[in-house]
Amino acid sequence: MTDQHPVGLKIIGGTKVYPGTVALKAADFELRMGAVNVLVGENGAGKSTMMKVIAGVEQLTQGRIEMDGEEVRFTSTDDAERHGIGMIFQELNLFPNLTVAENIFMAHEKTRFGFDIDAEQQRAETRKLMKRLEHSIDPDTLVGDLKVGQQQIVEIAKSLARKAKILILDEPTSALSATEVEILFKVIAELKAEGVGLVYISHRMDELIRIGDYITVLRDGAITGARSMDGVDVPWIVRSMIGESSKDFAKEIEHPYGEEALRVEGMRLPDSGGGFVVDGVSFSLRQGEILGIYGLMGAGRTELLETIIGRHHLADGDVWVVGKKMGRPRVSDRIAHGLALIPEDRKHDGLVQILSIRENMTLSSLGAVTSGFHMNLKAERSRVAEFVKRMMIKIASPENPVSSLSGGNQQKVVISKALMTEPKVLLMDEPSRGIDIGAKAEVFRVMRQLAAKGLGIVFVTSDLEEVLSLSDRIIVMSNGRITGSFNRDEATDTKLVQASAAGHNPDSPPAQLHRKTA
Amino acid sequence: MTDITSNGAAAAPSNALLTLMKARTFIALILVFVFFAIFAPNFLSTANFVIMSKHVALNAFLAIGMTFVIISGGIDLSVGSIVGLCGMVAGYLLLNGIDLGIGWTVQFNTLEICLIVVLVGIAIGALNGFLITKLNVAPFIATLGTLYIARGAAMLSSGGETFPNLTGSAEYGSASYRFIGSGAFLGIPVSIWMLIVVGLLAAYIAKRTPLGRFIYAVGGNERAAGLSGVKVTYVKYFVYMFSGLCAALVGIIISSQLVAAHPATGDTFELNAIAAAVLGGTSMSGGRGKIGGTIIGAFVIGVLSDGLVMMGVSAFWQTVIKGVVIIAAVVIDQAQQRVQARVALQAQAAVGK
Repeated sequence: MTDQHPVGLKIIGGTKVYPGTVALKAADFELRMGAVNVLVGENGAGKSTMMKVIAGVEQLTQGRIEMDGEEVRFTSTDDAERHGIGMIFQELNLFPNLTVAENIFMAHEKTRFGFDIDAEQQRAETRKLMKRLEHSIDPDTLVGDLKVGQQQIVEIAKSLARKAKILILDEPTSALSATEVEILFKVIAELKAEGVGLVYISHRMDELIRIGDYITVLRDGAITGARSMDGVDVPWIVRSMIGESSKDFAKEIEHPYGEEALRVEGMRLPDSGGGFVVDGVSFSLRQGEILGIYGLMGAGRTELLETIIGRHHLADGDVWVVGKKMGRPRVSDRIAHGLALIPEDRKHDGLVQILSIRENMTLSSLGAVTSGFHMNLKAERSRVAEFVKRMMIKIASPENPVSSLSGGNQQKVVISKALMTEPKVLLMDEPSRGIDIGAKAEVFRVMRQLAAKGLGIVFVTSDLEEVLSLSDRIIVMSNGRITGSFNRDEATDTKLVQASAAGHNPDSPPAQLHRKTA
Repeated sequence: MTDITSNGAAAAPSNALLTLMKARTFIALILVFVFFAIFAPNFLSTANFVIMSKHVALNAFLAIGMTFVIISGGIDLSVGSIVGLCGMVAGYLLLNGIDLGIGWTVQFNTLEICLIVVLVGIAIGALNGFLITKLNVAPFIATLGTLYIARGAAMLSSGGETFPNLTGSAEYGSASYRFIGSGAFLGIPVSIWMLIVVGLLAAYIAKRTPLGRFIYAVGGNERAAGLSGVKVTYVKYFVYMFSGLCAALVGIIISSQLVAAHPATGDTFELNAIAAAVLGGTSMSGGRGKIGGTIIGAFVIGVLSDGLVMMGVSAFWQTVIKGVVIIAAVVIDQAQQRVQARVALQAQAAVGK
């Protein structure tokens, strides 16, 4: 096997020290060409640091990097790129005000005579890349107008365009649906066959086992396991990652359902193209029930939750919360009536990064500590302390900026913010996106507990396993419509996937599809 | 490349450094003060203090309003023009009253004049708010537009002439108008008392009311604030209206101090206000700033320019020095942010993740 996949890049005794923390401890890592090198570990285990070192974003404090037996030093991403290393970052690095084609060829523009940008050629190449990724995203669309999942496709296309010898993918599937993941895997297989060395970071175990050839597990900056993928199973990975046996999803807490907590009728949201992103969705949710919404990206799931919370003024349709009809869409009114949203995009929609943990947590529920217009800061602090304890958030001080926390802890802050409003219905958009397995288990445990207490929960996810094991009932959406509704005992992954693909063909992304319905 | 050994020891000094950096505007004020106390003759006299504090107060008013606007992620260029227009409105009302067109003229007393003028300032602030929230005009452009509109209106009100002799009349109850600019209470000028009231009010709003928190949240991340139930539109209306109110107060004080109203009054005042806010640690990208810092910032700028005048430094050099001070403040501010982020990360790293 070793001969089949030569080592293309090696880190020897790599140590990276950040002020106050050792992110990587004497790590030895071998990156094999023509294979998928899988990297796992909890958030903060050092995966991203190691990849940033390879991509030239960060430099090693100690140790060295070798490529083809020679020591190399990357002082910038340009250096790394000259050595054929490309990286798709977890945080999307795109320019929302530029077009898809402009983004893909950013700093590598196709030019005539070295200065005149050949836009036509860029467009043509973009179309070719999109075809390869089986998407029909128009090269002239602004990236800012794309959904997160589509942006990820653009990010992938961008690194394909660079024709990297070594390609690092940091959680590329976190915003992709099952079909799109399949397409990505096909592309990965092609790259593998071309001899490209791939590094694949993900929190999704089944994916890792499926596509990985070699696996490296990190814990607290040290490598705790490195081997070929043969014979690796989920328990082994989890043991190496967290040093104990699998935590798995929280067990169902038996409880009866209460009365109707949320009813949505005839919800529609027009898009810019004259079609509907959400097209006549109706459903009902009872107290204590967990309703899972599964679907492909662009199926209108996020928009559905946003219309329920009242973000879109153009939305049409009625919402009842515990039997009370909501007035015209206004987020503050809906929150006051017992709705709360945990947005998909933590960074942009969930948190005010510059403010402290305390200020973020109480932002939706300042009324509870205010009399007249005077805020009781002491009451606020004790409320925050209570939730930090209850949600088991690991923080040094509630006065630190929320940006200093890891993804999992940030998500717990967002959930705390929603729970502080004492909601009757919780709308959760991809609650486990980009957080590690430990934090995930805790988030799911909290969801179970809340449901047992009589809260109605609607949650959106692209993860089949998650939706099947957490939901009491599952709704599948496609093209803005509900294409399937299953009870817990009758749902299977094939049924869900079939329903989610209704009206799709691989060459047309959902965003383009629903325009045709006009 | 950093070495491992230095990191453990670096934690303690960086905390001390952070405290020092946070207090930098205050330290700057003390330094400027001590410098002029030594080098400028008569700097420490009571008379000079009274004059200087009056100068500072004008800028501080505008800077307080500006701080809220900048924290909310916007900018208000119209304040200088509002000062001019409000002065003209006050002057017009004092001299002419309002002619109802049927042979009757309504005259106002001092309180009524002040209320009307303040309402004019708030109304222009509301117009800014309307343009920015409902019509989606970028704050820079919207307030640039109202800058010209308000200045033009001020010119039109008198055909470019000065309203002279604004002594008011005892008969109409407006003779006390002069007291605002020239009077004193307990030995402290009225305008300083007003500044204290407005400053405390603004600091209270910023720190102890939900509205204040919302201003920070909107500036930090408008989308997240909106999805958290913050009424973004109201918050924006408030900051521009408050800024308009502050500008109107300055208009009243200046016209009263000079006993005259000139339509060009307040030209480029908005830039001094922005400078004071930035000097006080307000971030131009929103979400960060303090009222106390802004007031100290206004004092640094005011003491600096008055002190330089007393030392006989040319006005041209004063302008250069002011620019250098502002840039230095922002450079130190950036360094502080880095140190602060590092300290927070270190503390977080100590917790485990």
